[in-house]
Amino acid sequence: MRMTMIEAIRNAHDLAMGEDDKVVVFGEDVGFFGGVFRCTAGLQEKYGKNRCFDAPISELGIVGAAIGMAAYGLKPVVEIQFADYVYPAYDQIVSEAARLRHRSGGDFTCPLVIRMPAGGGIFGGQTHSQSPEALFTHVAGLKTVMPSNPRDAKGLLLAAIEDPDPVIFLEPKRLYNGPFDGHHDQPIVPWKKHELGEVGEEYYTTPLGKAEIVRTGMDVTILTYGTMVHVAQTAASEAGIDAEIIDLRTLVPLDNDTIEASVKKTGRCVIVHEATKTCGYGAELSALVQSSCFFYLEAPVTRVTGWDTPYPHAQEWDYFPGPARVAQNLKKVMEV
Amino acid sequence: MHKASHPLSLHVPEPGCRPGDKPDFSEFVIPKAGEARKPAHNATAQSMRDMAFSIVRVLNKEGEAVGPWAGDLAIDQLKSGLRHMMMLRAFDVRMLTAQRQGKTSFYMQSLGEEAVSCAFRMALKDGDMNFPTYRQSGLLIAGGYSMEIMMNQIYSNAADPIKGRQMPIMYSAKDHGFFSISGNLGTQYIQAVGWAMASAIAGDTKIASAWIGDGSTSTSDFHAALVFASTYHAPVVLNVVNNQWAISTFQGMARGDAATFAARGHGFGIPSLRVDGNDYLAVHAVAKWAADRARSGLGPTLIEHVTYRAGGHSTSDDPSSYRAKGESSAWPLGDPIERLKAHLITLDAWSTERHAQAETEVMDEVRTAQKAAEANGTLTSGKSPSSRDIFEEVYAEMPPHLIKQRQEAGY
Repeated sequence: MRMTMIEAIRNAHDLAMGEDDKVVVFGEDVGFFGGVFRCTAGLQEKYGKNRCFDAPISELGIVGAAIGMAAYGLKPVVEIQFADYVYPAYDQIVSEAARLRHRSGGDFTCPLVIRMPAGGGIFGGQTHSQSPEALFTHVAGLKTVMPSNPRDAKGLLLAAIEDPDPVIFLEPKRLYNGPFDGHHDQPIVPWKKHELGEVGEEYYTTPLGKAEIVRTGMDVTILTYGTMVHVAQTAASEAGIDAEIIDLRTLVPLDNDTIEASVKKTGRCVIVHEATKTCGYGAELSALVQSSCFFYLEAPVTRVTGWDTPYPHAQEWDYFPGPARVAQNLKKVMEV
Repeated sequence: MHKASHPLSLHVPEPGCRPGDKPDFSEFVIPKAGEARKPAHNATAQSMRDMAFSIVRVLNKEGEAVGPWAGDLAIDQLKSGLRHMMMLRAFDVRMLTAQRQGKTSFYMQSLGEEAVSCAFRMALKDGDMNFPTYRQSGLLIAGGYSMEIMMNQIYSNAADPIKGRQMPIMYSAKDHGFFSISGNLGTQYIQAVGWAMASAIAGDTKIASAWIGDGSTSTSDFHAALVFASTYHAPVVLNVVNNQWAISTFQGMARGDAATFAARGHGFGIPSLRVDGNDYLAVHAVAKWAADRARSGLGPTLIEHVTYRAGGHSTSDDPSSYRAKGESSAWPLGDPIERLKAHLITLDAWSTERHAQAETEVMDEVRTAQKAAEANGTLTSGKSPSSRDIFEEVYAEMPPHLIKQRQEAGY
């Protein structure tokens, strides 16, 4: 059936909780109200307050408590209301969740999913727009996931919940209701009218660590994830470039084989993400591509990203790496 | 209204005495043993507010157990309590020396605080989980954990259960109710509350016990733990070990001039009390009371253990550079081993001779464990964990990039 990304995420929670009574869900406004984005709506009513509940406004507390629960043997799935709010929990994520298995010699483990809406395009300014994925991909022991459509959001979330290790699950909030392609002045097609809004009702998982080629092409490989998957498709089509577009879906572990095969085929690589540029995930991708595909490259690996500034409010669309900026860089790479 | 005529100045607290001063605890108010009342298990925080400002004490100067908190331990239990504390002290002596001999990189001892962890452990049941800091080794010793395995960890040798990955004393012993020690201060406090919440969610009967030092109560983790414990009535005992010193800063740096650490619980409606941390009987009685509360679904209790860190913070600091000489012996709550020994002597259950004999026995036992551990190697000689272990258990299943890096490293 057709679902928005919100409904797909809610459905994944529902199935996971139905399948395994160790799955517990909590976060700010998550229980009675069902989350500010409604991703957990109805779960408290269906599974009771012991399994889905509200938390005090303390991200450190939410993640710290969830680590204790995971160590006990539950499978907590917690929501950080906005990725921008995750920083108070950073020590708990980096020093605790990520290292617990390793530092205890496997004595304790931390099967934990930390969900958080990320990315801009909603006039959220600097505190409701950030894409902090690189802060997590840099940490040994974490897996980092970002889906770009309802079908994957459900499958990846269920895979993350099944995973025996902590998973950071970033939800591009601009995609919650439809495949936003960066044309902010045009209406978006709702997921209900889009084929990727077609989500199986059954329990299924989409494996972590597997990218998807969303468009095959010969001219250039675009490595991207989240909202930018849709921006990249529009940009390539508007620029009339036969791009091969890879939706990474999981950033760690990364599907390097798919990337390598594609870049070796096209000889060009453009990396597109919404997060800031310097030391962003694109830097890692760029380094990997140049070391594995150096002799196949016909142009420098190019990054199209958000600027290295705080995310602005009024000037949002000058910050956001929209289709025009992506297309311009694609053309530049093709001219080399 | 005052005229703004004086420039403001910042108040930076300082302890009463520093090197060169005469130790002085005259302002430290010590209630008489036996004076503190014992509230009902379901007492509210408000009804026992005074107990966060007093100190529960059982053993008096004569070594007798007095008052309503006395009498819950049989002579055999007291004797094994004494043995646990002596064992911990002997263990510390040997390991401190081993560190000085270069057999490991670092060590932290529990000197002077042995009663806190040893007595507390006896109030817990198997299956309960402690989230300790680095000065609760007594939880393991009193729980019957193998000293040889502890030493294997300290030596990071081939038999180290955590495979050389952590600094000495960062034990992990799930089966003995001992959560993996982090080294980042305070983080475990909220995790303990989460573990306790999980036990409640699962309809289990186990409780958690959280540990933190006076200095680390300043962390946000401490505050978050109190919020969550109070909000969800988590079955957890929240311990603050106030040993007066956080490396070189005295407890006033975390507490200011305000109230007590126990009083921190009042803002959260958590029943809170202070206990003489050098009094084995008092610690046990208060721990038992709090554990019973948690197990009966009455929620969290905050216990401030008032004690004194008689040794350095670790092998990396010299307390004589920041503490007054003789402060340790001037500490008015005495030594936990001496006090329990004196009590057993008043009961005619112990003697000076028996004690001396026990000291030898305990030291022999520690030496035997040490010999066995050293056969597995030390940090600087003999067998070591494999360097392949660096890459194992970062994830349950090794991802491709780590396999590649492991191969690159030659393992």
